[in-house]
Parts: sequence; structure tokens; C-alpha cells
Amino acid sequence: MITFTPRDKVSKNWTIIAPILSIFLTIFFGLLIFTFLGYNPLETLYQIFLSPFSRIDRISDIFVKACPLIIVGIGLMLCFRANVWNIGAEGQFIMGTLLAGSFALLFPNVETKFFIFIMIIIGFIGGALWAFIPAILKTKLNVNEILVSLMLVYVAMLFIDFMVRGPLRDPMSFGFPLSKPYSQGALINKIPFPGIGYLGQLHYGILFIILLIPISWLFVNKTLSGFKINVLGAAPKAAQFAGFKQNTITITVLLISGGLAGVAGVIEVSANIGQLQPEVSFGYGFTAIIVAFLGRLSPIGILFAGIMIATVKLGADNAQISMGIPKVVTGLFEGILLFFLLTGETIQKYKIKWVGV
Amino acid sequence: MIKFCMRFFSLMALSSSVLFFLITNTFAGNPTKVGFVYLHTKEDFGWTMAHEMGRQMVEKHFGKDVKVTEVNNVPEGPDSTRVIRELAKQGNEIIFTTSFGYMEPTHKVAKEFPNVKFEHITGYKRSKNVATGNIRFYEGRYIQGVVAGLMTKTNKIGYIASFPISEVVMGINAFALGLRSVNKDASISVIWVNTWKDSVKEADAAKVHIAEGSDVLTQHTDTPAMLQIAEKSGVLGFGQATDMVAFAPNAQLFSSINNWGPYYIKKIEQLRSGKWNTGDGPKHWAGNEWGGLKSGMLTISKFQNMPNDVAQKAQKVHDEIKSGKFKIFAGPLIDNKGKEIIPAGKSLDDGALWGMNYYLMGVNGNVPG
Repeated sequence: MITFTPRDKVSKNWTIIAPILSIFLTIFFGLLIFTFLGYNPLETLYQIFLSPFSRIDRISDIFVKACPLIIVGIGLMLCFRANVWNIGAEGQFIMGTLLAGSFALLFPNVETKFFIFIMIIIGFIGGALWAFIPAILKTKLNVNEILVSLMLVYVAMLFIDFMVRGPLRDPMSFGFPLSKPYSQGALINKIPFPGIGYLGQLHYGILFIILLIPISWLFVNKTLSGFKINVLGAAPKAAQFAGFKQNTITITVLLISGGLAGVAGVIEVSANIGQLQPEVSFGYGFTAIIVAFLGRLSPIGILFAGIMIATVKLGADNAQISMGIPKVVTGLFEGILLFFLLTGETIQKYKIKWVGV
Repeated sequence: MIKFCMRFFSLMALSSSVLFFLITNTFAGNPTKVGFVYLHTKEDFGWTMAHEMGRQMVEKHFGKDVKVTEVNNVPEGPDSTRVIRELAKQGNEIIFTTSFGYMEPTHKVAKEFPNVKFEHITGYKRSKNVATGNIRFYEGRYIQGVVAGLMTKTNKIGYIASFPISEVVMGINAFALGLRSVNKDASISVIWVNTWKDSVKEADAAKVHIAEGSDVLTQHTDTPAMLQIAEKSGVLGFGQATDMVAFAPNAQLFSSINNWGPYYIKKIEQLRSGKWNTGDGPKHWAGNEWGGLKSGMLTISKFQNMPNDVAQKAQKVHDEIKSGKFKIFAGPLIDNKGKEIIPAGKSLDDGALWGMNYYLMGVNGNVPG
């Protein structure tokens, strides 16, 4: 059996060396795989890592792609810091979007942009309500929140599917499962740059990240609530002796992370889709779990992790467009990258020993 | 004077070289750049593979005159907007977006690139530079119904359907009309799997149908999973989108094949000769180019695993639909509640087909939603 024992002291040097080493190992294996499959390995690496930075509109598309990942990731950070395992951000994302979207569809003629703020609040409430189910089951009945939150993802997926096929379906959509388009007030516009016009899909929703990252940094590092969350995660017994109410903290972090997932959904759909459809999330809620851990559960880290994952995803598309590399191959490479990065993280923090049974 | 002559000649040389460059660039080389966006991978042996085969026909037909770029596995959301825009930015002159869900993304990008032509497959919205194309899949399904009616012993047909949209419902109804034209005792039960492509769900649905006594299966989904189950369980079935005979040599009766190649070639030729247009099809139905057996956009594979007389009957029905002699949705049509949809002597027009939200006689249950 393999056992993991936490290291007494995490070496400062290793926290820097490990990620660099991971990236080198990834590149090495990437070169091997791409060469083996008959693609020009250097060009492939260029397409995956660098081509997304090769044009200004491509760079802005990185931020568009990273936006929902970062918002959801920040919410999950709070949960994971408190040792609360919310795996269902995908479902909270969907329910937030659905609640805010249904509200938007009630007002088909709204023009004022103030409306989007109401939608964001409703999206937060929708996501938070969906996360409240595992929260209350965990605190009252000690039901495992991993299972409940994960299962509720599938409930949410089928529920939005039902809604856009039934009550919310646009009668003009020839039977296709789509809602009516949102009104002007419910849309998030692209940012116009004087003299350039639009940069890819870059939209005002990005401003939310700029607000969220410093606020969440202050929250976890400078407030008592943030401190309580950290203590509960690091030393539950100590938190108990200190008189921190564990249940309150559990419920709070789940509500905030569910709410943020809902907000991410509202921003994503209002900026990029403009109506409700059966699929609104494309796995952001699950990918954000990786983003949170890659970012070492810190807001700045999550910002960079989100950008990195988005870059690789965009790079994979570029590699496909310009070199015809199938997504399964770039997906494999993405897997190798995540494997090495997360292994590096684990080895830094834990001693791994083989213990005979 | 010498100086002047030198200047004159150098100017001549320069301008002629510029001219030469322009001419060579216009008439030689400079292939038409064509982009394709696929929902799944071309190895799905269904919907996307049918498009891939069309793309290969394009390459074969035009050779060096076109340069094709295809992008696989593009989800129907913001990612598709970015991919389509990237294709337009890289100078593709015509872009085929081959799934319904690319409709809004295609129109978004089309507005930004008014000089690029877009072809949205199976959509219903058009604009100045967005045309739509679709196939009359239901024509193949009518022939399937005829064959199923003659082959079934249990008189139970299992239908695996994706989403309750008009395109799928009209397929079920066409199948029912074919079925009832030869066998009044047979009926269809439908399982909705709510996905286009999920081989596990498709296989599970096939197993349920077989357990309930169906001995002929058909599908409106993308993978050969249903036929594989049919092959294993010793029942019969039909392939969809591509010829799936390799997956079920003893179970496949025939496959309805989506043949996009001629359509793609036609539209690219129109673009190259400056005659590309969005057609003037009526507004109420999806696709200003809606071709079936007649135009060759729909073909069927070899009839097999059936007696000769059944194959002959099927061939006859096929020929009659193809020649336009036989109208599938001709009255009297009665829905499965007994209500008359249209009396004898009249037939449903294309607009009515796209509004279908009921089952005809011979189908069990109700259309969901």
C-alpha cells in the first residue's frame, strides 16, 4: 500500500523547482508523443503554448475562456480550504444560469444595462440555493457532500434540458430546444477599443474578475472569517477548541462557492450565448476544480492557473486548425501536463512510502 | 538621354514584374480556402463521418484548387464562435458549420466578416452571407418502414430517437407511413435518449427494445451502437448517416447515407464562379437547399439480409420517391389519437413538416415536451 505522510516542512526551493520540473517533463513527453505520431513537435508545442499569445485578439480570447474558470475556481478555493468538497460547481453554474435566465426571459424588452446586475444577483442566489442542498444535508445529517453535490450536477443538467424543451422553449425555434434570445439589457457587451474595435470576444464580464481577485484575497488573508475557514481546513480539532462553528462555516463556504458558480454562468451566457440552451456549461465546473488546485488555493494562483488552462485549450484548437492535430492528441498532452503539475504539488507536501501489507 | 532611357526601362521592368506577379497570383495557385467545423470526430461512423466523406469528395474534385481545413470536436457554444472566427481570420472564403447548434455562432461571425460565405447545415436562419443546407432524411426512413413492415415477425418496431424536434418527429412519422403501407398490424415504440451521440445510451435503448419484443430496430442517433447490439442479439436494423454494414454484416437491412459531397462541391463551385447565393427557398422551413434522394444528397446502401421480393419492393418505393412520382406525406393522414391531419387528395407541404409535433397512426405514445 502507498501511504502519504505530510512533510513537516515544505522546502521553499521545491515550491519553485517542482512546477518548472513538471513543465520540462511535460514538454519532454510531449516531444516524444508528437514525434512518434508524426507531427512536427516544436511547431506543435508552439501552437499549444505560444500561438494563443501571438495576436492581441487571441490573448483576449484567453481571458474570455479563463473567466468562468477563475470565478468558479475562487469559490471552490474557499470550500477546499475549509475541507468541504464541493464537486458540484457544474450543477450550481447551470442552476444559477437557469434562474437568472428565466428571470431575464420574463422581461423581453428591457434595454437598461442595470438589469444585468439584477441577473448576477439572481444567478448568485440560484447557484447558492443549489449548493445549499448538500450544505444542509452535510450539517444536519452528516451526508457526504461529495456525492450529493456531484449527483445534483446531473439533476441540474436534466432540469435545464427539460426547461428549454418545455416551458422556456421559443415557439419560433422549429422545435429546437432553445429559449427566446435575451433582451438587450440582459446581454453583456463586448468591449470596444477606440481605433481597434472589438478584440475577439473580450467582454465587460472580465471586470468581475478584476474585482473578485483582490476581494477574495483580502477575505482569505485579512478577515476573521477567512482565518476561520483556513483553520477549519488545516486543523479541525483546533477550530473546535477555538469555538468556531463548523456547521456555519461549512454552509457559508458552500453558499459562496455555489453562488459564484452561478454568477460565472450568468456572465458566460449573457456575454457569449445570449439565450438558454440545453448545454450552457461545457464542463467549466469540473475544470475549475483543477484550476483551484493548480492555483494552490490562492486567488493569484487561480488567476494564473485559469489562464494556463485556457491557453492550452485555445492552443489545442489552434493546433487543430493549422496542423490538423486531433483533439484527442492535444487532450492527451493536456492530461500529461496536469498529471505532472499535480504530482509535483503532492510530492512537495507529502512523503510517499511503500508499505507492505 | 541615357539616364532617361535607363529610368524608362527600369520603370517598365518594375511595372511588368508587378503585373506578372498580379497575373500569376490571380490565375495560378491561390487555391480557394474552405473551412469545415465538425461537432464530433470524423471517426464517429455517423453524422460527422458523413461530412468528412463530403469533404474528401471536395478535395478529390478540386484537387489543388481548394485548400481545406477541418476542425473536429467543436462544442456548440462560445468555443465554436472562436473557432469559426479563427477560420474566417485565416482567410477561408467559405466555411461549412455542420451542426444545428452552430447557428448563432455562425451568424455572429458572419456579421463580422461580410465577405466570407457561410454554410450552416440544418439551421433555419439565413442572412446575406449565410446559407443553409439540409437533407430530407425522412425519405430514407419511409423505405425503412416498408422493409421493416415486411420483415418483422413480432410486429413490434423499436425506434431510438435523439431529441423531440420536428426533424426527428417527421422521420418517425415517415417510418410509420412506410410501415403501415405494408403491414397494418405493426407498431413503433420510441425511446428518447436525449443525445445525438452516446453509444452506451444508444446500446441500452436497443437492449430495452429487444427485451420488449422488437425484432427490427432503427435509430436517429449518430453511432453504430444499436446495430452492434442487433447483430449480437440476432435482430435486424438500419444504419444511419454512413453505411454501417461493417458493424452488423448479418443485421443491417440497409443504411440511409447522408451524401454531402455534391452539395459542398456545388456551393464551392458557385463561390469560385462568383455565383454563390443563399437561394430563394421559402422562409418557413429549415434549409434553403433541402435535398433528398432526387438530388443525390440522400442515398441508400445495398439491400441485404432480406428476401428478394422485399428488396424488389423496397427498390420500387425508392425509385418512386426519387422520381417524385410518390409523395410520402399525402392524405389522408390520421394522427395516433384518431384526429385527421389532412384529408385525401391533399398532402403536407414543407412548412407543415417543420411544425410536426404529433405522431401518426402506428406510433405508440406521445411526443414529449
